[in-house]
Amino acid sequence: MSTIEIDIEKSNESNCTNESEMKKVNTIELVNKNLKKRYRAERRFKAYGLVSICFALLCLVVLFTDIISKGHGAFFQTYIQLELNLDEDVLEVNDIQNMKQLASANYQGVIRQSLRTLFPDAKKRHDKRKLYALVSSGASYQLADQIKAQPALVGTTISVFVLADDDVDTWFKSLDDAKPFIGRMSEKQLVWLESLKKSGSLHKKFNTTFFNNGDSREPELAGIKGAMIGSLFTILVTFLLSFTVGISTAIYLEEYAPKNLFTDFIEVNINNLAAVPSIIFGLLGLAIFIGMFGMQRSIPLLGGVVLSLMTLPTIIISSRAAIKAVPPSIRQAALGMGASKMQVILHHVLPLAMPGMLTGTIIGLAQALGETAPLLMIGMVAFVVDVPGALTDPSTALPVQIFLWADSPERAFVERTSAAIMVLLAFLISMNTVAVFLRKRLERRW
Amino acid sequence: MSSSVLLLVIAMLFVFSYWSGRGKAITSAQHLGGVTTLNSLPFYYGMLAVLWCAIPCLVLVSLWSMFDETVIQQLLVSQLPDNSADMSSGEMTLLLNKVNNIANGITAASGQPVYMQDAANYLLSLRANSHLAMSVIALSLAVCGLSIAWVKINPELRARKQVETVFKLILLLCSCIAILTTVGIVLSVLFESIQFFNKVPVSEFLFGLHWSPQVAIREDQVGGSGAFGAIPLFVGTLLISAIAMIVAVPTGLMSAIYLSEYASKQVRSWVKPLLEILAGIPTVVYGFFAALTVAPLIRDTGDWLNGSWTFELLGLSLQVSSESALAAGLVMGVMIIPFISSLADDVINAVPQSLRDGSLGLGSTHSETIRQVVIPAALPGIVGGVLLAVSRAIGETMIVVMAAGLAANLTANPLESVTTVTVQIVTMLVGDQEFDSAKTLSAFALGLMLFVVTLTLNIYALRVVKKYREQYE
Amino acid sequence: MEQSIEKIGPTIGQSLLENPKMSMRNVDVFYGDKQAIYDVNLDIGKNEVLSMIGPSGCGKSTFLRCLNRMNDTIEGCKVTGSFDLEGKNIYHPKMDVVPLRARVGMVFQKPNPFPKTIYDNVAYGPKIHGLVESKTDLDEIVESSLQKAGLWDEVKDRLDQQGTGLSGGQQQRLCIARTIAISPEVILMDEPCSALDPIATSKIENLITELSENYTIAIVTHSMQQAARVSDRTAYFHLGKLVEVNDTQHLFTNPDHELTEAYITGRFG
Ligand SMILES: Nc1ncnc2c1ncn2[C@@H]1O[C@H](COP(=O)(O)OP(=O)(O)OP(=O)(O)O)[C@@H](O)[C@H]1O
Ligand SMILES: [Mg+2]
Repeated sequence: MSTIEIDIEKSNESNCTNESEMKKVNTIELVNKNLKKRYRAERRFKAYGLVSICFALLCLVVLFTDIISKGHGAFFQTYIQLELNLDEDVLEVNDIQNMKQLASANYQGVIRQSLRTLFPDAKKRHDKRKLYALVSSGASYQLADQIKAQPALVGTTISVFVLADDDVDTWFKSLDDAKPFIGRMSEKQLVWLESLKKSGSLHKKFNTTFFNNGDSREPELAGIKGAMIGSLFTILVTFLLSFTVGISTAIYLEEYAPKNLFTDFIEVNINNLAAVPSIIFGLLGLAIFIGMFGMQRSIPLLGGVVLSLMTLPTIIISSRAAIKAVPPSIRQAALGMGASKMQVILHHVLPLAMPGMLTGTIIGLAQALGETAPLLMIGMVAFVVDVPGALTDPSTALPVQIFLWADSPERAFVERTSAAIMVLLAFLISMNTVAVFLRKRLERRW
Repeated sequence: MSSSVLLLVIAMLFVFSYWSGRGKAITSAQHLGGVTTLNSLPFYYGMLAVLWCAIPCLVLVSLWSMFDETVIQQLLVSQLPDNSADMSSGEMTLLLNKVNNIANGITAASGQPVYMQDAANYLLSLRANSHLAMSVIALSLAVCGLSIAWVKINPELRARKQVETVFKLILLLCSCIAILTTVGIVLSVLFESIQFFNKVPVSEFLFGLHWSPQVAIREDQVGGSGAFGAIPLFVGTLLISAIAMIVAVPTGLMSAIYLSEYASKQVRSWVKPLLEILAGIPTVVYGFFAALTVAPLIRDTGDWLNGSWTFELLGLSLQVSSESALAAGLVMGVMIIPFISSLADDVINAVPQSLRDGSLGLGSTHSETIRQVVIPAALPGIVGGVLLAVSRAIGETMIVVMAAGLAANLTANPLESVTTVTVQIVTMLVGDQEFDSAKTLSAFALGLMLFVVTLTLNIYALRVVKKYREQYE
Repeated sequence: MEQSIEKIGPTIGQSLLENPKMSMRNVDVFYGDKQAIYDVNLDIGKNEVLSMIGPSGCGKSTFLRCLNRMNDTIEGCKVTGSFDLEGKNIYHPKMDVVPLRARVGMVFQKPNPFPKTIYDNVAYGPKIHGLVESKTDLDEIVESSLQKAGLWDEVKDRLDQQGTGLSGGQQQRLCIARTIAISPEVILMDEPCSALDPIATSKIENLITELSENYTIAIVTHSMQQAARVSDRTAYFHLGKLVEVNDTQHLFTNPDHELTEAYITGRFG
């Protein structure tokens, strides 16, 4: 067939389809007419999406900036440099070898005396009390520790940084603000502080107390060590329980379970437990573990048990996915060589699925580490000063400590709450990073 | 013997049983012609010995430690002076708490009534005896088990078969923990709820408009008998959840759409982890943020608006509570954004490309394809995801505990303070409670409501999502 | 593989036309680094049915999808060369894909009705393009499109049922109706019958013959009988190259290239 013939054919056709040709031209005109409007809608829609993402990210940024701007100050603590005359009479010590005497010596008196000599204008009882209040009530204990370590200092005059009261601390840190914090401090106290500042006796030093102490009613003495150890113990128990039980369940469901109603029932249970509010697990702990089994309240062991029940579904679900990803060919190869089912699982399936299981476990544990509500229910909100030393010592956990401090009226606690949040977030983010890293590094494609 | 020493000894016994079981199998096979004559590998004989040694001993230890406190407390009660027999249950709990505190060294013993000191000492001796008894029985059980295994091991024993059966049984038992947890939850809220409903009629609880659980502590005290109409709590919960969903659903959905349909690979690889961080922030942090930053901000905005000339001109004034539902709801919404966006992302990605091609091939723009083809196709999945998010919002605790109030106002005004189911549960159960008072029990009734509602939502949502997945598989 | 591509040589036969509807010159297509189409030159005439055949993976779908820029949706796909639709380059940066796709419609291998009612499936195109002003106009378009697609009689009583509930053949005809509802000038079809049974296939083949009166059609198919039945000209692709284009009858009875001959006589493919 030549091109000419085709052309003739076409001209014939175009005669009989003239009407439809007209319609097509019309269509294109209509399409072009609406195009502008449609592209505007397109841009609008895309903008909504962009705005949504920006909003979410903005919230993240605001949240972090807010917490960091509130909390960064807590990593430093104000100290007052004082000349202390460790007079034996004031200390009420006559034998510096006698530890008992040293322990119960009147360190407070020494500090007070030093303050009085600095500010002789404080004469009235009321004024004196105000003056003493500039120094933290914990200062004498720190001095005691120092002297007990070096008894020879008794009788000499030493220059010591004593812990300032929380109000002083907050005032000193807010000096750059438009309106420095005054709080409950009196005019006189401010005058004294100004003169201390002028003489260069106020110092900001790294806040070791915050990392070395348990909770306290005094903000300047309060630390997160107790809560961190409590969290550590709790998470340890959670890990041991939920990891073993979680992967056992996953193995059973993926490798052994027959397809029957009972198995389905287990699955439904797991899926639903994954979405049960965490506070309900707290009720479970309260009613069953404390009420029925008589477990002690407020201990990390109980906290760990409750949290492990809560994280179990997460771990099971991700472990099952990891086991599912192991190709059947590997199982068949091993079975074909005469390995038993248990050998196939222990030698082939588990090692291959382990990265996925670990990732799921870390993510689950990170959730558990940040969880508060169930711990409130089982009494881990008690005011605990001592750093717990065992799984059965009463303690709090880091998120609970945050909750407790957030409730405290002192301004200095706001700072410490934010700092505790920063510590908690640092833990959580590094755990999640490890999980992501693990997933990326050990991701295997068959 | 302290617990850790006991555990150590037991662990050492396990190691010993493994090697002895294995050794027995190998030596007994020697005169038959070597290890190859064994029915199973030596490893399995060792494991069998461990199982014989471990199972009875561990079962005993766990059962013992579960129930010993209960038994001990019963014995303690029977030992208390006679006049305690006619104490009310509340006083009895108080007394027992005191004795326990003395025994645990929380309160100093000196200065307490003598009979209490005696009771505390008795308690301590009971505990010591119980622990000793447990240690002795556990160790002897372990040794007995080991000897049985020792006797049983011979080359014909089908050790592998037995070990594998036990292995499978242990796995099965672990799987049952999920069921036990559910049963435990149901039991823990159900029993106490039934007690509560014996004191307060169900209808009053479900339909009453007034909530003030302040019951007199002692029966002879004057004071309100408490009102337990939970409607204000339900309304408060719904109000805050609704605010949260208004924030989270459009934002989360649009973020997911943008990420999966428009964003370049690079943007996706940055934004997704950032959203995951938002999802990983503990709720107590959100609560702190809501209470200390967002709530004051909203209140200040309200004050500022009140002072502005438009409001003065119109004669308007806003009453913003410092614990407004709005603050809690907004922050909860932010918390739920990543939850919705990741669920929606999954669902949108499950829509087959062929549908998009079909629509694009007709000349529709990208947004028309998304709005008219992708979203309708993904709708069931999205609805499922939103329902899951609602259930999360309802069950969320820390944000509302910290940022919403305790006042059980029956209002739909987001600027007022409301309270929620979870807040009430926490307030009533944190700290010392008297058992069996209506106030304490009401927390369990609220817990029951919470569990039932979230469970229903979850089951329904999971079913919707599953159906949706199957449709495109 | 490179070697055999070299051996193929330039396109044989009648690949260029006078006054074509679409004309493609020096087309190369890459998926990332991998080249899928090598220097293809081809014209499609007005109201012509052009069929494309060739062994699996030879790039037929790839080439077809270039014709209305559906390849834009595939990440990493790069297209070079010129594609003219009535003298206008469709890959020109100023060219708008939306009206382009309204002019060059596409029917896919697997029927892909939207999860909407039958009516809405067909009405979708006219609605988004704003082709109608009233409901009666829309009804008319839906009816006439379904009629042209030969589906009207089967579905006229259940227009409000889900399109996904139809049988495979009906779904494919629904997709064709959906495409012709916006009266495109060119219809691209990628193995439209591969998921269908012989009866549904013959229905669609009849439909193609009828449509060819008004539309220009390019169809990819694996069935040589089908190509012979419905098309005016046939193009044979091999390993991303256009080997031979000729009048259908000529190509199937007397192929000019040995590779074509090998393919149609079933020696490979
Ligand atoms: N999205 C893609 N990404 C990368 N390579 C692709 C992609 N799509 C197709 N290819 C490759 O391009 C080549 C041509 O593919 P194409 O789908 O065009 O073949 P085809 O001729 O349509 O085959 P079939 O008859 O099987 O449909 C093949 O080698 C294929 O592997
Ligand atoms: Mg193809």
